[in-house]
Amino acid sequence: MEENCEECDARIAIPQDVLVGEIIKCKECGSEYEVASIRANGVRLKSAEVAEEDWGE
Amino acid sequence: MKLSITFDRLRWEEKALKEEADKMGLEAELVDTRQLALNITRKKLRNGFGDLVLQRCISHYRSFFLTKILENYGVPVINSVDVSEVCGNKLLTSMLLTKAGVPTPKTYVALSADCAIPAAASVGYPLVLKPFVGSWGRNVSIASDEQALATIVELRESMQNPIEHMYYIQEYVKRPPRDIRVVIAGQDIIAAIYRHAPRNDWRTNVARGATASSFKPDEELAEVVQKAAKAVGGGVLGVDAMESENGYLIHEVNNTVEFKGAQSVTKARIARRILKYVVSSVRG
Repeated sequence: MEENCEECDARIAIPQDVLVGEIIKCKECGSEYEVASIRANGVRLKSAEVAEEDWGE
Repeated sequence: MKLSITFDRLRWEEKALKEEADKMGLEAELVDTRQLALNITRKKLRNGFGDLVLQRCISHYRSFFLTKILENYGVPVINSVDVSEVCGNKLLTSMLLTKAGVPTPKTYVALSADCAIPAAASVGYPLVLKPFVGSWGRNVSIASDEQALATIVELRESMQNPIEHMYYIQEYVKRPPRDIRVVIAGQDIIAAIYRHAPRNDWRTNVARGATASSFKPDEELAEVVQKAAKAVGGGVLGVDAMESENGYLIHEVNNTVEFKGAQSVTKARIARRILKYVVSSVRG
C-alpha cells in the first residue's frame, strides 16, 4: 500500500498492519502524517499534529 | 479483564503494547483520547474503560486531566495521577528524589527573573536551564556564563506563558557523552541502556538522535533506580541517570516511557514485562 506525500509528492509506503491514529513519516521530506481512516483501497492521511509544549515521555 | 491503552499519538510503543496484549490473550483496546468528551457531573462514568487503564498520552495535561477523571470514578490507572503530576513537573521530581535520599543534581528554582542570576551564581557555571514541564530535551539549554544566562532570561521574559518567568536551574554534571535510561515496572528493572549523544548535540535524548546500547546495571545503579522509582510513586517508568564523578545521579523520571530505542538493543521483552506488571497490579 502506498500514498503520495502532500508536500513533496514522494511515494509513502503504508505498512500492512497500519492502525488509525498511527504516524507515518515521509522518508523523502520528513513530513508527518496521521492515518485518519483505513479503507479497502488504501488509507486517508492527514497532517500530524505539531508537538505541543507539554508533549513528552 | 479488559485493559484500555489510552493515547493521543499512536507511537511504536502503543502499537507494541497492543500487539503484545493480544498475544497474551488480554482483552485490550487502544483508545484515542482526542475523541473523548466526558460528562464529569454524573455519578457514574458512562464510557467503558474496562478494569484498568494504561495511560500512554504524550500530552502531560491531557494525561493528567484524564487520569484525574478516571481515578475519580474508581478506574485504576497506571501510572496514577500522583505519579503523573510528579514526573510531569521537574520541580516536583527533584524535591521528591531529594526527600527520598536519591542522589540528584543540585537544583535551584528562581521564582522571578530577578532571582535567576543570583541563584545561578550559587549553582555555578556552566549550568543547565530546563523547562518545568516538557521532555525530549526540548528547550533545555546550557548557560556557560552570566552573559549567556541573561540572554536566555531575556528571551524567556518576552514569552507570554507565566511559567516561563520562573527558572529551573541545575548544575551541569560532568559526565561521559552518554547517560543512562532504565525501564522499570514496579521494582522490576526491565532494560537498561546507554544513550550516546549525537555528534552535534550534548543532549542524550533518543528523540534528538542519540543512539542506544544495552548494558547490565551494577548493584549501585539498580539500587538507586529502584529507590527513585519508589520515590515518585512507582509504576511503569523511565528513570534517567548520569555517571558523575561522585557516582550515579538521577536527573529525570519519565511517566510515559518510550522504549523503542531500548527494545532495538535488548532481548528483554519490554512490552510483555510492562503488561505483566500492569495486570498483576490489578489482580494483586
